[in-house]
Amino acid sequence: MDFRDSPEEAAFRDRLRSWLADTAKRFPTSGDEYWERQPEWHRTLYGAGFFGLSWPTEYGGQELPPVYDVILDEELAIAGAPARPSLGYLVIGLGRHGSEKLRRTFLPGMIDGTERWCQGFSEPGAGSDLAALTTTATRDGDNYVIHGHKIWTSYSDVADWCLLLARTEPDKPRHRGLSAFIVPMKQPGIEQRPLQMMSGVTKEFGQVLFDGATVPAENMVGAPGEGWALAMTVVGHEREPSTLGFAARYDKLLRDLVARSEGSPSAELAWAAVQTEMLRLHVRRRLSEQLDGVSHGSEGSLDKLLMTWVEQSVGHAAVSEAGARDTDMLGAYLYSRAQSVMGGTSQIQKNIIASRILGLGV
Amino acid sequence: MDVRLTNEQQQLRDAAAKLADDLGPGAVQDLADDTRLGRLEKAVATTGWRSLRSDGASGVEVAIVAEEFGRGLVDIPFLGPVLADDLRRHVSDDQQTWAIAIDGEATDARGLARALVLSGNRISAGRVGAVVPGADLTRGFAEVLEPFEPLGDLSTEDIERWHALAVLVTSADLVGTSRGAQTLAVDYAKVREQYGNAIGSYQAVAHLLAESQALIEGSVSVLRHAAWAVDELSPGEAQQAARVAKIYCARAARTVCETAIQVHGGIGNTWECLAHVYLRRALTSTELFPVRLEEMHRGLS
Repeated sequence: MDFRDSPEEAAFRDRLRSWLADTAKRFPTSGDEYWERQPEWHRTLYGAGFFGLSWPTEYGGQELPPVYDVILDEELAIAGAPARPSLGYLVIGLGRHGSEKLRRTFLPGMIDGTERWCQGFSEPGAGSDLAALTTTATRDGDNYVIHGHKIWTSYSDVADWCLLLARTEPDKPRHRGLSAFIVPMKQPGIEQRPLQMMSGVTKEFGQVLFDGATVPAENMVGAPGEGWALAMTVVGHEREPSTLGFAARYDKLLRDLVARSEGSPSAELAWAAVQTEMLRLHVRRRLSEQLDGVSHGSEGSLDKLLMTWVEQSVGHAAVSEAGARDTDMLGAYLYSRAQSVMGGTSQIQKNIIASRILGLGV
Repeated sequence: MDVRLTNEQQQLRDAAAKLADDLGPGAVQDLADDTRLGRLEKAVATTGWRSLRSDGASGVEVAIVAEEFGRGLVDIPFLGPVLADDLRRHVSDDQQTWAIAIDGEATDARGLARALVLSGNRISAGRVGAVVPGADLTRGFAEVLEPFEPLGDLSTEDIERWHALAVLVTSADLVGTSRGAQTLAVDYAKVREQYGNAIGSYQAVAHLLAESQALIEGSVSVLRHAAWAVDELSPGEAQQAARVAKIYCARAARTVCETAIQVHGGIGNTWECLAHVYLRRALTSTELFPVRLEEMHRGLS
């Protein structure tokens, strides 16, 4: 057992740290400024060799062990840099369910940041109950034609591509009638209606109306009716702290708050610090377990719940230390409330833990 | 970085778990079963686990046994003797089972004759006196009687590392206590029926137990690091790692034990239900080598 960096890991950390010393402060870390420059941050990180670390080399990654992503997150937080772009779940979803042709066509641009992606799963009538979705994709020659309404679609207005879940076989039972597509977003028949979050951020959240937009049939990911399997892969990994990289954001915020507290942190800040450290160590344990070939399924729900508690305790510390008039800290606090909803609500995570891990038959 | 338990450590965990399952109290009435206690004492004495430190074992191994003993409510001394052994090993080859004296009181002293007393950097041997009442039904406290027979003086580093070990071992006991209480509650939620269904099938009950499970997972992760840190980091860093573990595991254990009582309903509030035995043990381990949230500022800079 060893929590220390191996010599290779330590060398990587040193290299990253000296690069960040010159680069970190050039990029905003929150609010609309962050989202506006996120594509540039993504390409800069990739260009310097610090993004896509654990993904296959043939698609532009470096095939390093997942612990390198954790080192990246830690150093980003220490340097005060933005968190890494959260793409892991899309890469894993497409990597696991897409054909070799689709992987070769789309993964390199997704990973190097030259093409922007969004995820079209949720709908106004299909949130926690995702399989209730009603967006349709109807075959028309070599294409499918899409009609429907997607919501909570992050960065949809700047996206080049959307990983879309739509109903292709309305006669089949609801989970079996879904298919996944890679839809080009710059075309007629797509209307963007951005949403402003309660924190004031306008550049993240979107909703998209599809009215006759088309997608080539060859852009279907997996076979017709197999969309649910892909959706489960994506949402499963959307719950993993090590895949998401959010920890860097909490950790940075916590460091800012500790600096403000001038040696006498409030009880809320101290508790947020303990929980943040817990998450850092928890991710290390999870990644080590993966070395045994253990792939985490339902355990992702435990991790999501822990991650949510951490972000929201840091959010509480932010308002208690800085007060609600501090625009940045209020924004961080308000943003933290979304963590128990996005990627599956805490209530859904508790259902999964209770039924699949504890065997309670919920 | 690789923070998995080794094969040997997993075997130690399995052996400690089996011993606790076989001979620990499975019900409140077992607490007074002297035949069982005699067999448990003999079995633990045979393992030699109370002298793990003088046999060269790391903090990780000590934490493994402490966690499983907490889970199984093992009600003969372990924590006290293992901490006494860790101090005494620097000056003596003696491996007898002693209690540890904290603030003039012999801790985990049930059935023991002697206690190791730490004062400044000096360790001494005292005699265990009359029983002092406490909340814990599984571990005993007693007066320490003079005269103290000096054993030797230790370095400050040895004492700081011992303190990290002490905070760690109580944290490990808390994680085990949480796990034991959670198993008790989950098993009950599967068999107790109301409105024609097992109560665990209702979200209001299931979500409480899911929260407990997440707290346990977080506890295991902070504990693992603190256990490793005892021997691998500087004494100051080891103490800080142990403090983080103690605060997290103590908060988690109180919540998990309270949930176990709630899930048991009326029965959970009776003496006959094991849930309060877990809660009492958790409160006691929280108060032994306590860490206050306010102390965390030491690590926040």
